[in-house]
Amino acid sequence: MSSSPAILPAKGPADRLTALFWRHPRVLLAILLTPPLLWLGVVYLGSLAALLLQSFYSIDEFSGVVKEEFTLKTYAELLRPSNFDILLRTVLMAAAVTLACAALAFPIAYYAARYAKGHWKAAFYLGVMLPLWSSYLVKVYAWKLILAKEGIIGWAAEQTHTSWIIDGLLSIPGMEGSSLSTSPLGTFMVFVYIWLPYMILPMQASLERVPNSMLEASADLGASRGQTFRTVILPLALPGVIAGSIFTFSLTLGDYIIPQIIGNSANFIGMAVYQLQGTAGNIPLAAAFAVVPILIMLIYLAIARRMGAFDAL
Amino acid sequence: MKHLRLMGTTTLALMTGLSPVLAQVTEIGAPEGQVNIVAWPGYIERGETDKAFDWVTKFEAASGCKVNVKTANTSDEMVALMNEGGFDLVTASGDASLRLVAGDRVQPINIDLIPSWSTVDDRLKDAPWHTVDGVHYGVPYMWGPNVLMYNTEVFKEPPTSWNVVFEEMTLPDGQSNKGRVQAYDGPIHVADAAQYLMFHKPELGITSPYELNEDQYKAALDLLRQQRELTSRYWHDAFIQMDDFKNEGVVASGSWPFQVNLLKAEGLPIASTIPQEGATGWADTTMMHVDAANPNCAYLWMEHSLASNLQADLSVWFGANPSVPAACTDGRGMATAESCTANGLDDFEKIRFWTTPVSNCSQGEGACVPYYRWVSDYIGVIGGR
Repeated sequence: MSSSPAILPAKGPADRLTALFWRHPRVLLAILLTPPLLWLGVVYLGSLAALLLQSFYSIDEFSGVVKEEFTLKTYAELLRPSNFDILLRTVLMAAAVTLACAALAFPIAYYAARYAKGHWKAAFYLGVMLPLWSSYLVKVYAWKLILAKEGIIGWAAEQTHTSWIIDGLLSIPGMEGSSLSTSPLGTFMVFVYIWLPYMILPMQASLERVPNSMLEASADLGASRGQTFRTVILPLALPGVIAGSIFTFSLTLGDYIIPQIIGNSANFIGMAVYQLQGTAGNIPLAAAFAVVPILIMLIYLAIARRMGAFDAL
Repeated sequence: MKHLRLMGTTTLALMTGLSPVLAQVTEIGAPEGQVNIVAWPGYIERGETDKAFDWVTKFEAASGCKVNVKTANTSDEMVALMNEGGFDLVTASGDASLRLVAGDRVQPINIDLIPSWSTVDDRLKDAPWHTVDGVHYGVPYMWGPNVLMYNTEVFKEPPTSWNVVFEEMTLPDGQSNKGRVQAYDGPIHVADAAQYLMFHKPELGITSPYELNEDQYKAALDLLRQQRELTSRYWHDAFIQMDDFKNEGVVASGSWPFQVNLLKAEGLPIASTIPQEGATGWADTTMMHVDAANPNCAYLWMEHSLASNLQADLSVWFGANPSVPAACTDGRGMATAESCTANGLDDFEKIRFWTTPVSNCSQGEGACVPYYRWVSDYIGVIGGR
């Protein structure tokens, strides 16, 4: 009977490598973690840093050449009326879209989470997700046609003699346009349509997590339906609402395609960045514009965190 | 045609930093087997989009040079690709071509090696966007005007002036033009306003719509602010503009023959004209990279671009004009005298071709408003400022 050694001799490079990993687990960890960390650090944070750096440069008024000296001049340019308009317009639109999405999404999410059963539940999920599966551009172009002067809404209004409603809406100061598709109102409607699923899904997830026992307890203790809603359901679902609002708010803040196709061509932050960088060569101002949504979102996320939006992560 | 949207940076002092004349190719040797071209989408077709439009496969068979195309959507992209290298040719627009010359990215062309050079439109042979100090840096490819497109049901007679898109007025159908006209949303549209003023306000002394001093520039912006009141939406994408003419009740706008031809083909009551003030336009040039790896095939392609059905068929495909006028009439392709007239061939003299506004212009060092300011101010105008 021959005895075999306790440690078998290494049979090849693979064995030796396995042994190395076994003896020094940190080596394996380092090998596995380095590529994603490099990606995050160099590609993502690196480009962000480059962006930030550019925004502190300025463009020479005379020659149009970028001066690589640190200055706050470019940020001051953001406060020029025409540029400040763009910031204000974008933030107001993002806020309005978020509020409208929240108001529209809550009943849908509530029904889907608490009342829909079986097939209906699947149908709800499908109904909410379905628009996400088709191309964003196709949806926006479709809306352009729907909202056009000679589109279906205009046609239906004419047939039912209700054109005065649309005309009335289009004469509100700030909403002017020759049709819904050329009015900021149209931009708003399309934004709400496009981002609504991103609001419904997190809301639904948070509403589903509200335990039934709590609602029963609330009823046992004599709370009316309204009271239960205000004091139990809403606070428990709030993190979902805030998570959804982060999506709708930041997506609206950064979008530059919808306002280009629908609306009166007035610039949003994304459009301004697009125009200022490539062709004009005004990279510093483009970078400064791009920093604004980052700052706004940081503030927004800080508030969201305080309200507990990330507690369920 | 997307390049029309985007004009180049003003950062290069084009007027000054001219490159020394580099060595030219003196004879065409054996073809290398391939040629790499940076081109606008739709510019180099091999019958894959539409069988009828093919100006590559015959060239490949005859020359033995495989044509590799890299499409670019903006002039900036083109300049960037040429800076990277690895390409032999580029179809550069007027705003990119001088940047490429100033940056030493392209080499002089020996026109003696291109037999069909003599057939090129005389007015394009020495065009300033590819000829510097008498040296040719490319072969003209295609050009086209920015026309005034209008609805023939509203305008029984073609409008004679651009005022239909600049001044509030009652159109022939009895309704105001407010909300029924459009304008291009690229800052280069400032030049259209300047050209209008050049005709109607000679006291401003504008000599070129691309070279505006502060006063002239301010007058142009004021005119554009007035236009903002009339314009419900600015156009950016050719297909969106076509849709606006169909569904949005838009009846007049600056446009390209491309949209006019497509809308006409759909049977819509659309026509175009070049009003009395003239029009702006674009002109592209085939240029050769300074380190082109396949110079022989590149030269063969440049000859092919002038001599073959390319000029005629591309003219039809793109709604542009051939740089070789004979292509309209000699039956080498689908173009006819009528199709070329429709694309604006006869209006060459009325067109001021797009160039990038720079601060050092013919009015003096730093006398003109550079392009980056056109961009920020035009953003303001569209935003209602």
